[in-house]
Amino acid sequence: MGLLDFLKRGLEKTKNAFFKNVVSLLKEKSIDKETLERLEELLIQADVGVATTEYILQKLKERDGDPFENLKEILLEILNLDTSLKIPDEPPFVILVVGVNGTGKTTSCGKLGKFFIDQGKSVVLTAADTFRAAAIEQLKIWGERIGATVIAHGEGADPGAVAFDAVSHAVAKGKDVVIIDTAGRLHTKKNLIEELRKIHRVVKKRVVDAPHETLLVIDATTGQNGLVQAKIFKEAVDVTGIVLTKLDGTAKGGITLAIAKELGIPIKFVGVGEGEDDLRPFDPRAFVEVLLSE
Amino acid sequence: MFESLQEKLSRVFRNLAGKGRITEKNVQDAVREVKLSLLEADVNYKVVKEFVDGVLQRALGEEVLKSFTPDQQFIKIVRDELIRIMGERNVPLKLVHRPSPIMLVGLQGSGKTTTCAKLAKYLRKEGRNPVLVAADLYRPAAVEQLVKLGSQIGVEVIHDNNKTPVEVVRYAVERVKDSGKDVMIVDTAGRLHVDEEMMEELDRIKEILNPDEILLVVDAMMGQDAVNMAKTFDERLNLTGFIVTKMDGDARGGVILSIKYVTGKPVKFIGTSEKLDGLEPFHPDRIASRILGMGDVLSLIEKVERELDQEKMKRQAEKFLKAEFTLEDFKEQLQELKKLGLTSVLEMLPGAPKIDVEMSEKELKKIEAIINSMTPEERRNPEIIDASRKRRIAKGSGTTVQDVNKLLKTYEEMKTLMKRMKKGKFRIPFAF
Repeated sequence: MGLLDFLKRGLEKTKNAFFKNVVSLLKEKSIDKETLERLEELLIQADVGVATTEYILQKLKERDGDPFENLKEILLEILNLDTSLKIPDEPPFVILVVGVNGTGKTTSCGKLGKFFIDQGKSVVLTAADTFRAAAIEQLKIWGERIGATVIAHGEGADPGAVAFDAVSHAVAKGKDVVIIDTAGRLHTKKNLIEELRKIHRVVKKRVVDAPHETLLVIDATTGQNGLVQAKIFKEAVDVTGIVLTKLDGTAKGGITLAIAKELGIPIKFVGVGEGEDDLRPFDPRAFVEVLLSE
Repeated sequence: MFESLQEKLSRVFRNLAGKGRITEKNVQDAVREVKLSLLEADVNYKVVKEFVDGVLQRALGEEVLKSFTPDQQFIKIVRDELIRIMGERNVPLKLVHRPSPIMLVGLQGSGKTTTCAKLAKYLRKEGRNPVLVAADLYRPAAVEQLVKLGSQIGVEVIHDNNKTPVEVVRYAVERVKDSGKDVMIVDTAGRLHVDEEMMEELDRIKEILNPDEILLVVDAMMGQDAVNMAKTFDERLNLTGFIVTKMDGDARGGVILSIKYVTGKPVKFIGTSEKLDGLEPFHPDRIASRILGMGDVLSLIEKVERELDQEKMKRQAEKFLKAEFTLEDFKEQLQELKKLGLTSVLEMLPGAPKIDVEMSEKELKKIEAIINSMTPEERRNPEIIDASRKRRIAKGSGTTVQDVNKLLKTYEEMKTLMKRMKKGKFRIPFAF
């Protein structure tokens, strides 16, 4: 199955619920006040947020020509950021996975691992979530499932030490990819953010330019709080990309538009199902094409 | 909780406060601001529409009450409308059977497993004897998580990795029947409301359990889709209510304002901390006050009553009044305060100063360390602490002599206060 088909499948509901409306709306008539109002409602209900919605509508008003093409273009402009992975010349490629509770960090780590293993890479999963009960077990099960090494200490262990061990292990054994699962933290808790910074620092001691990617996991059902999450995590550990999970429900994930626009953070992966293979690289062009195609 | 909404609304009210009277123009402006802040807070678009229509109608139709200023009137209207939408009073659990089955359902990652443990802990405090059932056999290690949480709070967890969820529930019902346990909390796997197969599983579990309560666990960070999800679950399972989790982040919590209105089912609890006692009954009227920056003293008093050692508090209050309060007592009070959680106390106080909580928590730790480094004699008679003793205490507690001085000075001030109280010039608001 091609990437387009794959995205199409996952986004079917999103499209039906939201963008199909947009399409029929825009194709029907030229932009008048009523249309703009309905468009505002649709964008807000997709969790795009007040500010970004106003921005999009403003842009739409400024442009002549086919409103449908214009909307597509505007969304594309917002989403068109560099989505490539910063893979270093020398392995290991170190990925730090962060996010608030319950967005699917551990699961995303497993799926990310699968993604690299399928490319013939060797993967080390790192259980640096030592806080949530049984998070370590959860990651170990993923390790077995996909055939990755899992580095873990006990519950309540120092996450920095676990991360350091994992990276050292990868360097010593010549492993290709290190994926570090961290504790879900409500970003308002300063200590937890500090802990994250420490992991970031400690990893650098072993591999100078690591972590090469710091991926923030955001759940497609997330509301406006997602923007705050992204902002604070970006300040704390310099987030390089978003993993957008749970896009297979009826939620629209529109907050990522606001994140892309406000913070310039690209979406790098999307999760559209519960299977091991359901995490794929994000392609903004394909994304918008699919969103707006009928 | 609700900080940013509160902040935005208070700006709206301040703007109105400058106006002499309510006019259509300034109400329109205020209502627009309220609308935007609610949307920013993830309140569902349709609910916001209903809400602002209600406010607008009343604000423009209302007879101008002379005793109120425009902002007071407007606040009252907003508060009434908030309560109309959220419901008025707390709706408690209805546990009729014995044992009474409670079923928790929800999306992945909403916090069901943790909430199950919190609910068990809460019910035990209420004098119940609960048991937990691990029926999430899909997420790797979910069972282990519940077992661990169960052992942390000392509640038995019924589990069997070799059974299907439906079988586990059937087995649990049999086992609990005559066991003396009076509540049975079932943790189910997270699932999408559009996943037909998984929803059928819930139908079957519900049939076996015949639950007194089916609660949907909802993440406070959820956006506009929350109401669709809640509606689908409700139509399928006929929910009895909601538990909204993760209210301690700066989640907007708009979902709280939306789901009751859309489904007609009440929010029964909110999760307010990662710790296992972070589950509170939801009181719409109090939350409305909190959103409007009026504080929530009632919840605070209840929390104090629930969590603190009443006897100890009474003893200390008496000592306080007799001006016999020593540094030893001071330390005990600090420990009690820590139990409550400084953040939650400050949040519930009306007009509480915006202080840096983490700084204050550090400060508390420091004070504790200093007192810990004193001899019992010094704690009873701080007057004997001379320069050399100060140096020793500072060293022992890892602080500086200045820190020790500061603490002693605070203590002296408190003592003066006590003496004045003894003379009847003050009444104590709280024991601390």
